[in-house]
Amino acid sequence: MTARTMFEKIWDNHVIHEEAGKPSLLYIDLHLVHEVTSPQAFEGLRLAGRRVRRPELTFATMDHNVPTADRFNVKDPISRQQMETLTANCEEFGITLADLNSPDQGIVHVIGPELGLTHPGKTIVCGDSHTSTHGAFGALAFGIGTSEVEHVLATQCLQQSKPKTMEVRVNGDLPFGVSAKDLILAIIAKYGTDFATGYVVEYTGAAIRSLTMEERMTVCNMTIEGGARAGLIAPDQTTFDYLKGKRYVPQGEDFLAAVEAWKELCTDKGAVFDACVEIDAAEIAPQVTWGTSPGMGTNITSTVPSPESFETAAQRKAAQDALAYMDLAPGTPMSEIKIDRVFIGSCTNGRIEDLRKAAEVAKGRKVSPSVHAMVVPGSQAVKQLAEQEGLHLIFQEAGFDWRESGCSMCLAMNPDILSEGERCASTSNRNFEGRQGRGGRTHLVSPEMAAAAAIAGHFVDVREWKSENASKEVFQ
Amino acid sequence: MNPFVIHTGVVAPLDRVNVDTDAIIPKQFLKRIERSGFGQFLFYEWRFTVDGEPIDSFILNTPAYKESTVLLARNNFGCGSSREHAPWALLDYGFRCVIAPSFADIFYNNCFKNGILPIKLSEEQVDELFNRAQNKPNYQLTIDLQEQVVRDNDGLSYPFEVDSYRRYCLLNGLDDIGITLQYEDKIAAYEASR
Ligand code: SF4
Repeated sequence: MTARTMFEKIWDNHVIHEEAGKPSLLYIDLHLVHEVTSPQAFEGLRLAGRRVRRPELTFATMDHNVPTADRFNVKDPISRQQMETLTANCEEFGITLADLNSPDQGIVHVIGPELGLTHPGKTIVCGDSHTSTHGAFGALAFGIGTSEVEHVLATQCLQQSKPKTMEVRVNGDLPFGVSAKDLILAIIAKYGTDFATGYVVEYTGAAIRSLTMEERMTVCNMTIEGGARAGLIAPDQTTFDYLKGKRYVPQGEDFLAAVEAWKELCTDKGAVFDACVEIDAAEIAPQVTWGTSPGMGTNITSTVPSPESFETAAQRKAAQDALAYMDLAPGTPMSEIKIDRVFIGSCTNGRIEDLRKAAEVAKGRKVSPSVHAMVVPGSQAVKQLAEQEGLHLIFQEAGFDWRESGCSMCLAMNPDILSEGERCASTSNRNFEGRQGRGGRTHLVSPEMAAAAAIAGHFVDVREWKSENASKEVFQ
Repeated sequence: MNPFVIHTGVVAPLDRVNVDTDAIIPKQFLKRIERSGFGQFLFYEWRFTVDGEPIDSFILNTPAYKESTVLLARNNFGCGSSREHAPWALLDYGFRCVIAPSFADIFYNNCFKNGILPIKLSEEQVDELFNRAQNKPNYQLTIDLQEQVVRDNDGLSYPFEVDSYRRYCLLNGLDDIGITLQYEDKIAAYEASR
C-alpha cells in the first residue's frame, strides 16, 4: 500500500462515492448544531418533508446569543426567538440539545471535546468556521454553510472536493512564557490569512507534540484564519489520556481497542504533502495584533508597522485602512497601546487551562481602574471546574467580571459588546472591523497577555511578569 | 435554486482586500430565522451610519452603482465566518456574480449553493476591470457560464475556469440534497458496514 497522510486515511475511510469531475460524497460521523446557522436548515427540511437521517449523530447547543450576566433573561426578542426555534427544532427532529438549563451547555467547540464527542479519525462538521478546533484530536473537522447543514441533516453526508494537504512543521520548543496562541498568531502573521486556502494543514514537529490537548485546540481553532479547510494533529498519548473516561468515549476494553485503531491514523513514513512550511518555535515571542485581520500581528517587543513597509500596493492600502480604523500611529511601541476592555474567553481560549494561566497572572494584582475586564468560561463545565479551583475568586478579587458560559464578546451577538472607539485586548480569534461591536478595536492576544494588559492598562510583555512570579515563589 | 446561464449587469468595484463575512453581513442581522430579507443589511456598517443614514462615499450608495448586480472585489473575498447569510445578503441585494483574484473556501462554496457565480480572474485582469468599472459610468459585464467567459461592450473578453460539476449544477439550478439522495443505497450500505 502507498504511504498516506493522516488526512488521506480519514478521507478514504469516509468516502461513499467517488466519480471523476464531481465532488466526493463523504460520510459525516458527528454533526454539531447551534442556534445561529441552523434555523434555515431545519426550515428547509420541513418544506421538503424530510427528516434528520441520524439524530443520534447530531448534537446541539446554544452559545452565540446567550447572555453571560443574567443568562435566563434574554432581553433581545430575536435572540430569544432563535434559541426557542432551536429548542423546537431539536424536539421535532429528535436531537439531543444542551440548552441553557443543561450542565453541558457551552460553546460548541468547547463542549464537543469536553463530552468526548470528538474522537480521532471522525469526520465532524458544524455550521461554524471554527469547527477546525476538533482537528486537534486527529479528526477531520470543518465548518460548513447552512445549505450544507441542511444537507448533512437530511443525508448524513456531504459533497466535498478533496482538499490538498500541507504540513506545518514547528521545530524546537516554545520559549518560556510563549503560548499556543502566540504560536498560531505568529504563523498567520508570517504566512498571511490565505496561505493555506484549499489545504488541510497537518501540524507536526516537536513543539506541537509537547502541547497539551487544550493548546492543540487553540492552534487548530485558528487554523481557519490562515485560510485552511481544516487543521489536524496526529493523536498520541496526550490525546488518549485526555479522552479516557469522557462520557461519549468508548469505555474499558473498547477504549483500548479504539486507541489501537487511533494509533493507525498517523501519517505514514514517506507520505507526501502537497506543500510544507517549517518554523522554529524558539523564534516566537508573545504576539499582539495591530490591525483588522488576524494576520496583522507582531511581537509585543515590536512597534506598530508603517504601511510603507509592506510589499504590495494592496497590502499597503490594507495596512493604512487598518491603522486608520484602529487609530494607531506607525512606530508606536506595542507595549504603549492603552486598552479599555479585556475579554478572556471564546472557543480559542475559554478552556480551563486558559483560565488558569490568566488567573496566575491576575493573582494578587488589581485590574487597572480604567479597564473593564471580563472572564467568560467556554462552557458550564469549565465554569464549574474553575469555581472548584477557586479561580473565580482570584479573578473577582483582582476586579475581573466573572461570567456565565457562551460566545459572548467573541462576536458580540449577545449584550457583551464594545462601544464605538473602545479598544479591547481579546483572547478570541477575529479582529475584523466591528466584530466585537461597531467601531470597536480588537487586539488578539493570549489569555496571559490579556490578563496582564487588564492589570497594566496597556499591553505588557508577560514574560517579564512571569519571571517575577517565578522568582517570588523561589524566595518565599 | 435559480439556474445561472448568462447574466449582464452593472459592475460595482469594491476596492478592499480581505473583505470578511462580518463586513458583508454584520452579526446583529444573523438572528433572523428565514433565508430572505438580508439584502437590506448587506455591508451595513459601510453603507450606513450609526443612525442608519446612508454613507454617500460607499460604493453601493453612489447612484451610478446602485443597480449593480456584479461585484468586483480584491483578494481573499469572503474570509472569516462561515455564515451563509453572506451569500444570502448578496443575492437578496441583487448580486448574481462576484469577481475577485481569490476567495475564501467556505464562502466560495456557499455561493454556488445559492445561485451566485464566484469567478476567479488573475490580479492583472481584476486590476483592468477595476480600471474600467471605476472610470466608465454604468460599466457592464456579461458573464456567460455556458461559454465560461466574461465580456464587456468594448471588446474585453476573459475566459474563466470553473469546476465542471459546479457549473453543471448552476446551469441547471440543481439542489445538492436531491443529487445525494440518489445514492441512498450506497449510504445505507456504508452505514451497515460500520
Ligand atoms: S466563541 Fe466565537 S469563534 Fe467560537 S463559536 Fe463562538 S462566536 Fe464562533
